[in-house]
Amino acid sequence: MRWKTDEYSGWGRVLRATGERARPEKTNALKAILREGGLPAIGNLRSYGDAALNSGGRAVDMTRLDRLLAFDPETGILEAEAGVTIGEILRLFLPKGWIPAVMPGTGFATLGGCIGHDVHGKNHHVAGSFGQHVTRIDLLGTNGRVRRITPEGNPDLFRATIGGMGQTGIILSAAIRMIPATSPLMDLRESRIDTLAEFIAMLDASTATYCVGWIDATAKGATLGRGILEEAEIGSHGQMPKAPRHKSVPFNAPGFLLSSPVVRAFNHLYFRRVPVGGRRLDRAMADFFFPLDKVHDWNRLYGKSGFHQFQCVLPEAPAREALAKMLEQIARSRLASPLAVLKKLGPGRGGMMSFPMEGFTLAVDFPNRPASAGLIRELGDIAADAGGRIYLAKDALASAATIAGMYDEREAFAAAANAVDPAHALETDLTRRLKLRDAT
Amino acid sequence: MKQSWLILGASSAMARAFGRAVAEQGADVFLAGRDAGDLQRGAADCVLRGAGKAEYVPFDARKPAGFAAICERLALQDGMLNVAVFVGSMPEQSAVDADPALLDPTVQDCFTGPTRFLHEFAPLMEARGGGTVVGVGSVAGDRGRYSNYVYGSAKAGFATYLSGLRNRLTRSGGHVVTVKPGFVDTAMTWGLPGLFLVASPDDVARDILKAVAKRKNTIYTPFFWRWIMLIIRHVPEAIFKKMSF
Repeated sequence: MRWKTDEYSGWGRVLRATGERARPEKTNALKAILREGGLPAIGNLRSYGDAALNSGGRAVDMTRLDRLLAFDPETGILEAEAGVTIGEILRLFLPKGWIPAVMPGTGFATLGGCIGHDVHGKNHHVAGSFGQHVTRIDLLGTNGRVRRITPEGNPDLFRATIGGMGQTGIILSAAIRMIPATSPLMDLRESRIDTLAEFIAMLDASTATYCVGWIDATAKGATLGRGILEEAEIGSHGQMPKAPRHKSVPFNAPGFLLSSPVVRAFNHLYFRRVPVGGRRLDRAMADFFFPLDKVHDWNRLYGKSGFHQFQCVLPEAPAREALAKMLEQIARSRLASPLAVLKKLGPGRGGMMSFPMEGFTLAVDFPNRPASAGLIRELGDIAADAGGRIYLAKDALASAATIAGMYDEREAFAAAANAVDPAHALETDLTRRLKLRDAT
Repeated sequence: MKQSWLILGASSAMARAFGRAVAEQGADVFLAGRDAGDLQRGAADCVLRGAGKAEYVPFDARKPAGFAAICERLALQDGMLNVAVFVGSMPEQSAVDADPALLDPTVQDCFTGPTRFLHEFAPLMEARGGGTVVGVGSVAGDRGRYSNYVYGSAKAGFATYLSGLRNRLTRSGGHVVTVKPGFVDTAMTWGLPGLFLVASPDDVARDILKAVAKRKNTIYTPFFWRWIMLIIRHVPEAIFKKMSF
């Protein structure tokens, strides 16, 4: 196997790694690589920080091990190799009337990555997390042996693998539960929300299966927390829309593109796009679930210095106050980008290190400017004080101490991972930075 | 009419992309190669993507004794028979220089193996009165270069054979597409220094399908390699012989 030595980064492009990567196209080639020693597996590099980085070490890129292996229309269970993307599964199965039960906000995430981060979707409050729909995983150990694990047969190892950031072995393939889809379109309702209190009330009251809010993170004062609520159901009619042509961002954009006045003006127009009384529309499924995927390499809009995404979840009771505090600080900082999302999460989580908890999650993108790191740490402190959690798939800045207080099963996770990978060969820059596998 | 595609060397990234593309069109797909486990997975993948059916058939370019069985299997298929040849191997030129014995397997993989097979298979296609052969050569076959002329000359021989086969199959309604890919992002090129304008296997598969539909004779993929190779072919030999790339 030839190794490629170069610099690579996560989606946010702030943290970077230089190291050797292999990209096997056959399972046998992957097993041959493992004979040279254990190493972490990486997917499509859609996590924002350092979850898929291994500075100075080796990593195996799984994106070419991407085959669909079996589908049972009786049970809706699909088995596929870890490198296949969620978008590809949707593209192939939507015409047959099936979609993954949970889909993250980008279709470029791989199956392995979705398991490794136990991702959630716009339906988390009803469907739970991605890992809760995984019925089986074929896990390739650092010893080269494949182990088939299930939630019933191997409860601890399974729960350490779901959301386990690849620390229990290389996910070779997995079986996931799909759900029927009667239409390729989403029946979408958009409503304007004028204040944070209204936003929280509307999210609480919503009975929609798919529900997500865009929030204007530049708004302050009386308009603090304004935004647009999207509530959607799978449609009941409609034809397969034509595959859209993708655009891509060909180069790094200049800094002024995301300067405060430009973002404020953009958000103002974006907010007013929806009429005062709201509106209903049909939207193609891929556009609804993966709104940003139409523009390839959109992370270049943040220029070559990259960007951060801060995402936290807050328990319901303290959420209102904590969110107001966060949004005030964000608006004051004038650092926010247009990309900001507020959503209600249910209690569903599939693993020991899973992000979700019942409450509200806020995600905001910030260009990587000198003041951004300080702001994000302050937001992290507010989340910690409120008993919340920071999402490791997005994080690039948190400290080990902060994270230890947020993930109460971390020690059990470390014990499970260390039992199957005693040499710590699967560690990544993320697990080392946050000391996720330290036994204490 | 029902289309069957036999894909030789089906484990490679380009072949896999092509197999998926014809599977999505509903063709029956036969994945031929040496890695049974891998190709059985590939066959399952093709079925889930829409192939009428998909099977693994054992094929080794260096063992012509096995060719007859493949021909017999395909003869059982109704409709049009098509073949896409992705077989080949590319040792480092320096490795061949150090061990000239490596030349023989390279020529077998890139030239004599697949052409021997096509020669056995062609009568089946002629009997059906149609069908397409896709032969994947390489821009390296357009001119012998210091850094890669063993592989290049084997691919050149293959291209010449395809040209003759086209001439033959045309008479019975069949067709041959010669494909000359430039740099493609596969295991063969992963981590090689100095590559530029690298195409994805899916892009190449799309170009090949288009060429099959339009009955093109020779395509370069991506298209601009036609112009790059036009220039390279026209560098006077007096200058070319002093170049090293």
